Amino acid sequence: MNLYLKTNNIASAVKLADIPTVEYLDLYNDLVERMQDKRYHIAHYFATEVEKGLKFFILLLDDATGEVLISSFQPDYYSEEGLASLTAIHQQFHPFEREMHELYGIKFNGHPWLKPLRFSHDRRDKQSTMDNYPFYTIEGNELHEVNVGPIHAGIIEPGAFRFICNGEQVLHLEIALGYQHRGVEGEMVRNQNRLRQTLISESTAGDTAVGHATAYAELVEKLSDKGISSDLKRERVVAIELERIAMHLADTGALATDIGFQLYQVACEALRTVTINTTQAWCGNRFGKSLIRPFGSNFPLTEAKIETIRKNIADVRRRYNEVRTDILEAPTLLARFEQCGLVPTEEMWHIGGVGMAARSSNLMRDIRATHPSGFYAEEFHHEPVVKQDCDVMSRLATRLDEVLQSADYIESLLKDYKPSTEISAPDYDAKLSTDSLSFSVIEGWRGEICHVALTDEEGNIAKYKIKDPSVHNWLGLAIAVRSEGISDFPINNKSFNLSYCGHDL
Amino acid sequence: MAIKLLNTLIMIAVALSITGVINRTRAMLAGRKGIRFFQHVMNVRLQLRKGSVYSTTTTLLFRIAPCVYLGAAMIAFLFIPVANLEPICSFHGDIVFVAYLLALSRVALILAAMDTGSSFEGMGAAREALYGALVEPALMMAMATLALFCGYSSFADIFSMAQELDTNLTIVLLLVAYVFVIIMFIEAGRVPVDDPKTHLELTMIHEVMCLDFSGIDLAMIHIAGWLKNATLAMIAANAVAVVFCFKWWFAAPLAVLGTGMAIGIVESLRARNKLSRNITYILTIVAMSALVLLIGFLLIQNIEI
Repeated sequence: MNLYLKTNNIASAVKLADIPTVEYLDLYNDLVERMQDKRYHIAHYFATEVEKGLKFFILLLDDATGEVLISSFQPDYYSEEGLASLTAIHQQFHPFEREMHELYGIKFNGHPWLKPLRFSHDRRDKQSTMDNYPFYTIEGNELHEVNVGPIHAGIIEPGAFRFICNGEQVLHLEIALGYQHRGVEGEMVRNQNRLRQTLISESTAGDTAVGHATAYAELVEKLSDKGISSDLKRERVVAIELERIAMHLADTGALATDIGFQLYQVACEALRTVTINTTQAWCGNRFGKSLIRPFGSNFPLTEAKIETIRKNIADVRRRYNEVRTDILEAPTLLARFEQCGLVPTEEMWHIGGVGMAARSSNLMRDIRATHPSGFYAEEFHHEPVVKQDCDVMSRLATRLDEVLQSADYIESLLKDYKPSTEISAPDYDAKLSTDSLSFSVIEGWRGEICHVALTDEEGNIAKYKIKDPSVHNWLGLAIAVRSEGISDFPINNKSFNLSYCGHDL
Repeated sequence: MAIKLLNTLIMIAVALSITGVINRTRAMLAGRKGIRFFQHVMNVRLQLRKGSVYSTTTTLLFRIAPCVYLGAAMIAFLFIPVANLEPICSFHGDIVFVAYLLALSRVALILAAMDTGSSFEGMGAAREALYGALVEPALMMAMATLALFCGYSSFADIFSMAQELDTNLTIVLLLVAYVFVIIMFIEAGRVPVDDPKTHLELTMIHEVMCLDFSGIDLAMIHIAGWLKNATLAMIAANAVAVVFCFKWWFAAPLAVLGTGMAIGIVESLRARNKLSRNITYILTIVAMSALVLLIGFLLIQNIEI
């Protein structure tokens, strides 16, 4: 029996009727087997309310073939048995099962720890609040607890970090998020206005505006048979890579700040300003908001803009390369970063780590290479940067290399590019296919961003699910600081630089 | 009397300027214009005009700590001569008195930090106590070296005698100066041991203990910090001045520029130590000052024989 519908990241949306609805036990048994292979990882797993009870959808990514496996199941409405927990065997399912438990009260038997994920307003159990959050505790007089947050000292986003320490050494870190109740996914459904939806997706995570907007745009485009031009795809890739450069530069600078290394800090801050000002020169917003729109663009590149981008990026590349060489030779910096915050490959794979953090732990997860979409799927060859050392330095080194790589991509994309007349204005009224499931997976600077939408019989979006890479990687941070000194937490945190708002949808 | 007054005025000028020089050096190396030279003084003036807010968990201990901290630093400050000038206070054995005044000020701050009941401040206090205990032998041995050379145990006498010292001791005096500058790095909470610019409570040492102080209390802690810096910087400068030119107009600018620029340059060009490495770093200084004392002792013996 066929458990999955196989599709890929460039095919158009699939009809809901085509997705096999299977028995949970069959799917469970298959997943227990299948997920032991590192080539598979989970993209999304969610439940949605249907006429009678709940219907569950699961999306798997097969890195070896570039296929996306979709399956669904619908347990008996009257069944009170609950579902066997996949997290108990494969930890990468934990955020999804926790979310479904929180939203719908589904029992996952054998789940190691079904604590709430984000305290969304439509959660099932209103008694469960941040005040009675089940923090992990260890008894004993030798240990002490340190609570940091929920007000973040640096970037003013809320998240509570509870450390259990033996002196300076961290035994356990628990990260509690869910202080922002934004209702992003609900808002995407309440607002059928496509421009508003674009704006909301753009604001999902402020540092990944281009990434999330592209994910939304591609998702909507897959729901329509109206194609988009290759030039538009090319310009989107330029935008994504610009965002990647800007954020990696910012993080390099922030890592230098955290170890009190003024020289690299100011060097990187200056370069980041050049980069985000380039984005501003292109679209009027430094973070690339308003740049990505479905079916078109309000800011097609012109000769002059191409010239500005190429000039600035070449300059950034040259100067960053100098910083990079110096960083790799700075003994005091290496002494701080090397062998600090280890997340071994196996651990990273177990928790389902994605993106840049996974690649720094020698786990190849790069959507640009395995599930390319947009211009990445056209005449574009991406060689992912993978580092072996699994430590903070490794995560920094990935950034150092990816900035140069992205700068080269931008140069090669724009070198012979003639501004196109084909790029039309955005279309917010295109008819969407009915009763379909559409998804898009994008490699943002932090990692894979996955958007999934279900449409109803009129072609309106009936369910919208967003997954920021942070959802997977927060646990990676908790693992990284185990047995490290508590004073090394900030550099570990910065080396992951995960999103709070991307998690607290 | 006029000389004593001049001495104190110069010391105050030194205390006010060191932070300015540090900030200016950092700004120049970062390619920035930098803040006003006396911005830190303006900030403190502002804080002095404000009231304080006290946490309800704190007790009297927390409120008197800034006074003890500032008082101890102030008294220590009055014992330091500027090269050939005379300090206001001086008596036999005041080098030990000064060392323990500095220790007293540290204890006051540690107790106040523990009094807040904050887990951050508890960690900061633990770190400060550890580093304080480790750095104390270095301070005592460096001072003992000076006392050994001159046969006196008060700063005023030591430095007035020191100019008659044999040139053989030059290198030892320079090393003593180096040890004092490093001790100042540690006492002032600068890179590589601590980072006063950081916003990360988990990595702080000195700053985290001051988190609950506000207004006038915070101003007192800042002022005490300047005084302690000036005290150590001037001892180091004196040790160097003995070798080159034992005049106040040489020693005072040396104290300001030497230590200020050293801190500024170090903070720009290197990263902080990993916290666990700080112990090794401080013990190296202790070892160095033990070595200085030993070499000094041997040299003195040879000369007399």
